Amino acid sequence: MISFIAQRIAKAIIVLLALVVLNFFLIRMAPGDPAVVMAGEAGAGDQLFIVQLREKFGLDQPLPVQLFLYVKGILSLDLGFSFRQQMPVSTLILQRLPATLLLTGTAFAISLAFGILFGALAARFAGTWADTAITVAALIFYATPLFWVALMAILLFSVAMDWLPSFGYETVGAGYTGLTHVFDVAAHLILPATTIGLFFMATYARMTRASMLEVGRLDFVKTARAKGLSDTVIQRRHVLRNALLPVVTLAGLQAGTLVGGAVLTETVFAWPGIGRLMYEALLQRDYNLLLGVFVVCSAMVLAFNLITDLVYRSVDPRIEFAA
Amino acid sequence: MTVAIKNLKLALPPGGDRAYAVDDVSFELSAGKILCVVGESGSGKSMCAHALMGLLPETVTPESGEIRFEGKNVLALSPTEWLALRGRDIAMVFQEPMTALNPLMRIGDQIAEMFEAHGLLTPKERRQKALALIREVGLPDPERAVRAYPHQLSGGQRQRAMIAMALALEPAVLVADEPTTALDVTTQAQILKLIRDLQRRRNMAVMFITHDFGVVAEIADRVVVLQHGKVVEQGTADDVLLRAQHPYTRALLAAVPTLQPPQRVSLLDRSKAVEVIGLGKTYVSGGGWFRSERRVQAAKEVSFDIFRGETLGLVGESGSGKSSVARLVMRLIEPDAGTVRIGDVDLTKIGGKALREQRRRIQMVFQDPFASLNPRRKVGHIITDGPIAHGVDPAAARKRAGELLSLVGLNAGAMERFPHEFSGGQRQRIGIARALALDPEILVADEAVSALDVSVQAQVLDLLEDLKARLGLSMLFITHDLRVAAQICDRIAVMQHGTIVELKSASLLFAAPEHAYTRELLSAVPGQTSSSKAA
Repeated sequence: MISFIAQRIAKAIIVLLALVVLNFFLIRMAPGDPAVVMAGEAGAGDQLFIVQLREKFGLDQPLPVQLFLYVKGILSLDLGFSFRQQMPVSTLILQRLPATLLLTGTAFAISLAFGILFGALAARFAGTWADTAITVAALIFYATPLFWVALMAILLFSVAMDWLPSFGYETVGAGYTGLTHVFDVAAHLILPATTIGLFFMATYARMTRASMLEVGRLDFVKTARAKGLSDTVIQRRHVLRNALLPVVTLAGLQAGTLVGGAVLTETVFAWPGIGRLMYEALLQRDYNLLLGVFVVCSAMVLAFNLITDLVYRSVDPRIEFAA
Repeated sequence: MTVAIKNLKLALPPGGDRAYAVDDVSFELSAGKILCVVGESGSGKSMCAHALMGLLPETVTPESGEIRFEGKNVLALSPTEWLALRGRDIAMVFQEPMTALNPLMRIGDQIAEMFEAHGLLTPKERRQKALALIREVGLPDPERAVRAYPHQLSGGQRQRAMIAMALALEPAVLVADEPTTALDVTTQAQILKLIRDLQRRRNMAVMFITHDFGVVAEIADRVVVLQHGKVVEQGTADDVLLRAQHPYTRALLAAVPTLQPPQRVSLLDRSKAVEVIGLGKTYVSGGGWFRSERRVQAAKEVSFDIFRGETLGLVGESGSGKSSVARLVMRLIEPDAGTVRIGDVDLTKIGGKALREQRRRIQMVFQDPFASLNPRRKVGHIITDGPIAHGVDPAAARKRAGELLSLVGLNAGAMERFPHEFSGGQRQRIGIARALALDPEILVADEAVSALDVSVQAQVLDLLEDLKARLGLSMLFITHDLRVAAQICDRIAVMQHGTIVELKSASLLFAAPEHAYTRELLSAVPGQTSSSKAA
């Protein structure tokens, strides 16, 4: 078990370094020069100033040297310096990370809990109106673009009914503390978290339903019925547990992607998280910041994959910690 | 009597090939007696069992008749009444111990669930009872078995656990649906004995469903023979096995191969079609940076010859390495050591185009006629794929495919149809036609008749024998069924743990087995005394 984790972490670090190198070149292949953008914003267009900027930030070095310096930095957990924001990249990311984790974590929990619940209900009442209603709703949420759901949710719940705040992480300038602050953040969280959650909830509901119907046809379910177990116990203990295995796999793969999926939602709801940070870095050609966000996102995907494997092992005794 | 089934009629959904799954069936189960319900696939025998358990599929409905148990007609029970009855008064053991247990639950918990389902005992007492039951059915290392998950037990052990579960509440009736079909012959003998012993000790009524007359002879007190959902014959075991009245029963009995091999001419003076020398194969799984690997030796030092026109049998239990040897001989997997010579070509030394050229000389017929034919391709394409890949003109290949289909006893019109439109036996014929399409010198048949009913099995065996004579084929015939091996093989090699422990002519092997394992296999074949009487 310990050696399994150690081995997986070692492999993950190699993958991460490969991703860093790939991203490094990808970003520099894109058109646009950060020095030109910065010079333009400073109001000075002359060539000398641009050259000075390049020298200052090491952008005049050959690419391999830049890469070498960058990888060396990462190995000592230094993600570099954001020239635009005049701050270390790691400080910027650490400032924004909690908000993103709160948003995606909540969205993930909502989508899993309700996705499995609705999926199980649909399977239990397969062929009835309840099943049809759940399946159709899931299909709609699955097919609707996230940003559109976000905009509609704002129009309905913030603008028309004025129930929930439409943007931000907290009420600016209110200076809430303690429980009041918690409730304030929670109120801000509901719309963006539900928006992200709906899509994934639809996926899990569809998957749980299909998987439960499939497991329901297996022999051991017949064995359970032959024991005289009630239908509710059979569905919960024998069918659902087995049906959740593919859902766990899917959820694990998607947990990492959720961070990326938050870019759009964070932008629409002005949520001060990593997604928005990435969006800003992209517009400003802030190479180091962009790379830093990429590295952190990749690390999270890898971490979620490892967690998925461990969870999978704990729910399925047939899986051994093989290489 | 304990259970009386009277004029039971179970209706199938409209549009099927017949209106009733079970049509006017009557029989009785008595305490302390084993009733065998025999029939081929589709005869309705499992439906009777499921009706008795209240587990009929939703599409099958009881139309008339009744099943009386303790004075009540169980067909009229409400779902809640069924819950109380199932498991407690009538319990069931299923065919496939691999899939009939929940893979995510410990064996002990699955047994304890029987008590929980009926609200009996405290959790601690349930665990103790589970342990006691596991001891009673003879699972080795009971303390460990209680905590084991199904995949950690062998097939036979899992079936013992299933039986422990079924017996937990001391039911009056035990329904066993082909409980030994998926097991090796030696394991089957143990499980049959276990069921027999427990049934006597507890004076249970047992309804034992099987397609195997050997098993019937071994275990039955009374026998019911079903055909197309109707009872064609019933009576005591001796009456049915020795003095069968109905032509269908007689045909079924006649189709059971005997253990006496027919006299065959020795072919050892002919030239060799296949020469296998010192084949070795070890499967390695796992292994990595931090983990030691697991090795399974599937074949060690395996050597044999197949002479022209000869059928060599390869028999053994699951995991003995028979199928690995077949794949090695065909070079579907790479050997670690050894040589396979076909005529004067060393199959293990060539590769690429040369190997592909040679492949047409040795072809395979697979076990499962449902899985071995691509369901999305028409039969004509399935048969002509090989020849066309070897450069035969498509039109000529199709003409030949038509001839092959009639050779294996099918209509040439079959070419335009898909595999699912055929029965199991017909599909196996298609599989044989496919193998023959390349005009091979050698056929490798891997359990080619194991999935078939006895009557169909007999037809396919006849077909293979006939084709072999007509086309001068040599055959490597892999089977776990010694009766089948006795009928078709000239010589037989017995495999155990990846090695050949005995290799001699079929008549000699059955008359004078030398190796202890061969003797054990032979004595485990069910129904030896009665079936030879019957035949």
